[in-house]
Amino acid sequence: MDTKKKFNLSLGQLTIPIIAILILVVFNLIRDPSFFSIGITQNNDGNSVLSGNLITVINGASELAILAMGMTLVTAACGGQDISVGAAAAIAGSAFVKILKSGDSISVGTVILAFLFACVVAMIFGAFNGTLVAVFKIQPMIATLILYTCGRSIAYWINGGATPTVQSSIITAIGGFIPGIPVPTPVLIVVIVAIIFKLVFHFTSLEILTQSVGINGSAARLNGINSTFIKLLSFIVLGVCVAVAGCIGVSRLGLINHETLLIDIEMDTILAVAIGGNNLGGGKFKISGSIIGAYVIQMLTITLYAMKVSSTDVKAYKAIVIILLVVIGSPVVKAKFEKLMTKLRSGKAKETVKGAE
Amino acid sequence: MNNIVEKRREPLSDTKLLMTITISIFIVMYLLAMGLLGGGFLHPQQIFDMLNDNASLIIVSCGLTIVMIGGGIDISVGAVTSLVVMSCVLYLNNGGNIFVAVLLALGIGLAFGLVHGYLISYLEIQPFIVTLAGMFFARGMTTILSVNPQKVTHEGFAALRDIKIEISWLGYTAKNGNLVPARMELGVVIAFICVIAVFILLKYLRLGRCFYAMGGNQQSALMLGINVKRTRFISYVLSGCLSGISGFVFMMHTGAGNATNAAGMEMNAIAAAIIGGTLLTGGVGNVIGTFFGVMTLTTIKKIVVSSGLNDPWWQNITTGGMLCFFILLQSVVLSRRNGKKK
Repeated sequence: MDTKKKFNLSLGQLTIPIIAILILVVFNLIRDPSFFSIGITQNNDGNSVLSGNLITVINGASELAILAMGMTLVTAACGGQDISVGAAAAIAGSAFVKILKSGDSISVGTVILAFLFACVVAMIFGAFNGTLVAVFKIQPMIATLILYTCGRSIAYWINGGATPTVQSSIITAIGGFIPGIPVPTPVLIVVIVAIIFKLVFHFTSLEILTQSVGINGSAARLNGINSTFIKLLSFIVLGVCVAVAGCIGVSRLGLINHETLLIDIEMDTILAVAIGGNNLGGGKFKISGSIIGAYVIQMLTITLYAMKVSSTDVKAYKAIVIILLVVIGSPVVKAKFEKLMTKLRSGKAKETVKGAE
Repeated sequence: MNNIVEKRREPLSDTKLLMTITISIFIVMYLLAMGLLGGGFLHPQQIFDMLNDNASLIIVSCGLTIVMIGGGIDISVGAVTSLVVMSCVLYLNNGGNIFVAVLLALGIGLAFGLVHGYLISYLEIQPFIVTLAGMFFARGMTTILSVNPQKVTHEGFAALRDIKIEISWLGYTAKNGNLVPARMELGVVIAFICVIAVFILLKYLRLGRCFYAMGGNQQSALMLGINVKRTRFISYVLSGCLSGISGFVFMMHTGAGNATNAAGMEMNAIAAAIIGGTLLTGGVGNVIGTFFGVMTLTTIKKIVVSSGLNDPWWQNITTGGMLCFFILLQSVVLSRRNGKKK
């Protein structure tokens, strides 16, 4: 028991997400060990690619993981969440497709240009949210409610009331597999984004600045930190993440559907941040926790699908697991559990003493 | 002299100021619509239509206002409404009794409220996560109950659904010379009762004042001897019960259960509460303001439709713009006032 406790302490914030993923792995091992089998198959283009449930999990969670990274930063700096990421991703995706469709043929240059344009658009909307939060001091959830309400309609408007499709081998490569590489491209993109975050945190003091703004904004300001700018910056960074996620989402399907692109992802993203052990009230944060949180959610979903639960019913089971996770993680329950443990231990100690007598 | 002016201004609290702004904007907007667009806006029936369509939204927003004043958030309300509709419809179709159906609606709402309240106030889990899980659970349960739309075939319920309160003096004469009275559904009456009950609770009862104290500053509320945990628990229970009532009213309006019922209602309710002057930080808000918030939201949508912006995206874009306007206005007004106080 003692060793387990030490193990808990050493992991700190990451305890819950890692325990959650372990529980899911053990559950799946008992249920059906073939869940973990990874094979190499030929896809339609004739490339040999990795396949299997585990790959589906890691591939499917890509957008969620990217959004969770940005959301962690916003949560830490502002003490609130952006509920407009799904809508903003639809806008970014529409902008991406708009540029792709403008020319006759799609070359690598067009795709890069379209991606940069999508980034700029998403950053503008991020800056809009950020201005409301940082300058006008509106709670993030309320401020982003505006874009949540009208975002998908704006995407519809950009598309001109249609759901345009894009057909290009480059787009298929982004959403699926690059010829010759067996790992899904979205997974590679997640790795690249994570490395960029790591490098930024390593070479700049963004991490510590964000934490101090989140813990106490006015104290940070008195220490010479421009807390308004940090908050704004966190929303702009989230904007870039949104653009990347939106472009992946569009590339996967090869079309933009404003209604269904990354639908309900805002709730899953916030959940990933919470499962990652980050305080939703701001302050200290760990991006790695959120990434693991994203994979926990996706693994849970895929496990339920493997158990033949229909896609609409998944939500109910997901809710039960979420509640169990947060109850286990709640400080009150932890304190009570520890009290119970010490009581049991002291009880045992007394018994042994009595026995000795 | 200066003193008197100061004294007169002082009693207008943040709550009342924000509510006054909302009500005046609603009236100005409606008058403008009457003047510029005319048509349906000139008939009192327009207001009754708005009420008929939004009775359940009004009830849900009342519950949300209580929770938001207490400094929390409940995003499960729409999903609970949908679950209540579906379970009541299935129960009635399998030969149930209307009275028991009402109890079933209240019971489901109460169950959600109890669980949310316990997890949030006694286990201290973030309200957003708990009610998000509640929302997922209710939505999932709705589809587990039935994926296909279900129509109520119960005769007694059909009779109840078709009860319309007719107010003849507010009616208008149709082209063929018949007098068409203004019609109001039973749900609207229930909605009004809920609004008045919540208003009295918040304004005159000890419990209601505790909500404000708790939302304003939890530490000071604790110092005043308020049982903060129990008060927060009760606020979620009330919100759950009102979601249950709202579900029954929703069913009386549509007469059918559908898995996509009340989709996005939670966000509409939050938007209505914000427009009505309730702050998400807690401690400020008024249920009358929330009522006008719902009406303002609906009026905007009606205006967009009747002013010829037929493309499907305009309705949401205008709503978003209007929300932005209200949020900015409140932020500016409140920060100016706080600046003056210093």
